[in-house]
Amino acid sequence: MSSIDIVSAVSIFTAGITMAIGSIGPAIGQGMAVARALGAIAQQPDEANTITRTLFVGLAMVESTAIYCLVISVILIFANPFWNYILGQ
Amino acid sequence: MEITPDAVIYFQWNGIHLNATIIFTWLVMLVLVLISWLATKDLKVGPDISRWQTSLEVIINYIRQQIKEITQQNPDQFIPFLGSLFLFISISNLLAIVPGYHPPTGSLSTTAALAICVFFAIPIFGIGKIGVKNYLKQYLEPSVLMLPFNIIGELSRTLALAVRLFGNIMSGTLVAGILLIIVPLFVPIIMQILGLLIGQIQAYIFTVLATVYIASATQAESELQQKNNNEGSEKNE
Repeated sequence: MSSIDIVSAVSIFTAGITMAIGSIGPAIGQGMAVARALGAIAQQPDEANTITRTLFVGLAMVESTAIYCLVISVILIFANPFWNYILGQ
Repeated sequence: MEITPDAVIYFQWNGIHLNATIIFTWLVMLVLVLISWLATKDLKVGPDISRWQTSLEVIINYIRQQIKEITQQNPDQFIPFLGSLFLFISISNLLAIVPGYHPPTGSLSTTAALAICVFFAIPIFGIGKIGVKNYLKQYLEPSVLMLPFNIIGELSRTLALAVRLFGNIMSGTLVAGILLIIVPLFVPIIMQILGLLIGQIQAYIFTVLATVYIASATQAESELQQKNNNEGSEKNE
């Protein structure tokens, strides 16, 4: 197998695995956060505004880890830095 | 497939590239300035207020109220910076419904520039509010050992701000592009609507996070005042 094959195979495989593993954690975390927030809103509907705002900010913080994974996999597929090295050889 | 509007170059002259990011950033700035200028041209007080003035007042009032709730301080000092941040990101994501428009926030350069603005705004507001000594003292909380972690935290949250906005907007356009290849009818429209919603939420989140960071840098003052007041009252007793 030439090095170009290895790099493309590993990049594509890693991009998929990155997305797969990287979305498990945030998905679980977001589910727990939303479940707790819904429970809190059901108990205290008056505080719905504050809870919703905090929930959105929290969700964004949790989601950012998934977004990092997405950026990494997109870089691996569309803008792989190792291509230039291999093509230059 | 381009993953960033930086690669779309419209105009080239003596090594100066005008890419889609710059062009559409200027467009958004133009739209914002024109709307604000038209709306504030003849401000009136009384029952017959123009529609433009009313809508702008509603937006500004809401932003003020949100900033006040988060910072627990007078929002007028923050609103020029945070309000412009929100309006710029919001409009530049909203205009994505116009065909041929590339959101400038879908480029890492724009979001990094915005995040660096926030990065410098935090010490400026903080030092202006609580003084150099108190501001630098925050880095030594809760103990001196935490100094490197506080500095790393400062840098990494700036990076997170930039990458979060870029990743969300870029993934919206990317998903729409991939779906156009697989199912070209109707389904991309739904993803576009979802993209618009995500754009607004991200604008809100970017502003709220910037507000929270600035608030945490300026908060020490009120705590100090409380402490002083408590000590004063104890002395009086």
